[in-house]
Amino acid sequence: MERPLTQHIRPDRSPLSISEYEKTGGYQAARKALKTMDPKSVTDTVINATLRGRGGAGFSTGRKWSFIPKDAPPQRYLVVNADEMEPGTFKDRLLLEGNPHQLIEGMIIAAFAIQADTAYIFLRRAYRLAAARLEKALAEARAAGYLGKNIFGSGRSLEIHVHMSAGRYICGEETALINALEGRRANPRSKPPFPQISGLFGKPTIVNNVETLCNVPHIIGKGVDWFKSLALTEDGGTKLYGASGKVKKPGLWELPLGTSAREILEEHAGGMRDGLKFKGLLPGGASTDFLVEKHLDLPMDFNALGAAGSRLGTGTMIVMDDRTCPVGFVHNLIRFFAQESCGWCTPCREGLPWVEKTLAAIEAGKGKDGDVEILEMHAKALGMGNTYCALAPGAMEPLASALLYFRDDFTRHIKEQGCPWR
Amino acid sequence: MLSVEEKQEIAKMLEACPMPRAGCIEALTVVQRHRGWVSDEGVIDVAALLGMTPAEVDSVATFYNFIFRGPVGRHVVLLCDSISCWVMGYENLLDHLKTKLGVEPGGTSADGRFTLLPNVCLGACDEAPAMMVDDELYGRLTPAKIDEILERYP
Ligand SMILES: Cc1cc2nc3c(=O)[nH]c(=O)nc-3n(C[C@H](O)[C@H](O)[C@H](O)COP(=O)(O)O)c2cc1C
Ligand code: SF4
Ligand code: FES
Repeated sequence: MERPLTQHIRPDRSPLSISEYEKTGGYQAARKALKTMDPKSVTDTVINATLRGRGGAGFSTGRKWSFIPKDAPPQRYLVVNADEMEPGTFKDRLLLEGNPHQLIEGMIIAAFAIQADTAYIFLRRAYRLAAARLEKALAEARAAGYLGKNIFGSGRSLEIHVHMSAGRYICGEETALINALEGRRANPRSKPPFPQISGLFGKPTIVNNVETLCNVPHIIGKGVDWFKSLALTEDGGTKLYGASGKVKKPGLWELPLGTSAREILEEHAGGMRDGLKFKGLLPGGASTDFLVEKHLDLPMDFNALGAAGSRLGTGTMIVMDDRTCPVGFVHNLIRFFAQESCGWCTPCREGLPWVEKTLAAIEAGKGKDGDVEILEMHAKALGMGNTYCALAPGAMEPLASALLYFRDDFTRHIKEQGCPWR
Repeated sequence: MLSVEEKQEIAKMLEACPMPRAGCIEALTVVQRHRGWVSDEGVIDVAALLGMTPAEVDSVATFYNFIFRGPVGRHVVLLCDSISCWVMGYENLLDHLKTKLGVEPGGTSADGRFTLLPNVCLGACDEAPAMMVDDELYGRLTPAKIDEILERYP
């Protein structure tokens, strides 16, 4: 099995220097793109490879690039979303710490495809080790002439800046991220205009996830058919899957896109710890819907999980065992979302704290008849389309699915006036 | 008043920004690096430098979790309170830290050594429960391990 993204990452994650990276064939794809291809053929290759964004929404990467109008002015921006503040998600960190040159090469190719000469890496502040390694790799790439002016003698230029976020989950939402890069409060912007038309400083802007861009050099280097053959499903490539919670071996694995949840849970994560049983899991971070036993044989890909009423999200699963209280679990998640709400729109600013208080009361044994219905009402009222951005709908996904699959646990708390697990 | 050093560092940061106000977060970060936190005076000085009003700068400064508008101790302990760490029992560790440092979350120990701040997911969920002290990440924590780690920070 091939693992293009992680094959050269060492077990201790110590990063590859530029010469080590080049020994593995590094920067050959960027050279090929800039010297032998044009921006459109690079974009078409990425479209045909069926690469879908790994940041959560799963949009076709090449198609997103192609939305920049052909006659748009030359000043365009590429932005790497390395915020990764979604609880339960820890995949981009591996790529940033373990092989920063792979990301830089992906950025050089993506910037060429959209014809940007300035790029920003938006990095969360907790990733200080990644920041130091990125700065070192960027300096090496500049010294080698792979950044700056006239890269590989192609006439193209690229400057890459690292912006350390001052911290707030909403910064990961792409229009909020753009506001943060402009030095503002990170409130989302209304769309349209989409960032591809008017983004950073009013210029066409593409925002892509770290893992998404790390795939690009491999697609250009080895081609569309190879990339599609990596997956077990209709969309191409491998995926970084992860597991946390009370499994025997929490961790991160690069596997074919479409690997089943059961294989990840039982083979790679080693199954549940002794004495514990599997109860449910969030497949891709805090803002995805629970999957339960009957879903475990589904392929972890965009379409299959969508059809099962959940989302692949970031692909890093959070596992819940049968001794962990589902009410407490959801309460912890909602507390996070309520705290991180940017406060811009009323349903989210007022609704999330209300849900949080209701869950806290149920957990503390002060739940009342009708509370479950109140929670259900909010799950609809804060759902997709009723708020300015996807933070509140995302927060409702674990809640709504918990009310569906673990309803008895909520009603038992209310009836017994206490948490059976404490 | 911003020091010469602070002004120089901010000027360097502004090079990557097409307009001065885009460097607002970086400028606040520079001030915080030099003084530990950002006072009202710091807000006013940054505003003057970037051609913004103090209210605008304050609205940015108060939005972000890592710009401290109040004093902090010599070291900042960030204990993850998000879901994977919750499942793995971070609440016991929080109790342990509160007792050991004699503070509530947000507080600074009487000797000025540590400020305790619960923090969202640190991106180390496979090593939960996790915390950061200043720039350093620590995973698979136990109360004993926390005691030993804190010893390293005078
Ligand atoms: C509240 C919120 C937080 C988000 N956080 C992140 C994040 O940390 N990293 C990320 O890549 N995408 C995040 N996203 C998704 C981005 O808005 C965007 O879809 C993504 O960066 C696009 O990259 P991709 O097409 O390569 O997946 C977030 C979205 C929302 C609504
Ligand atoms: S849904 Fe929440 S985070 Fe999104 S704009 Fe509204 S208040 Fe802000
Ligand atoms: S939940 Fe604690 S590090 Fe991710």
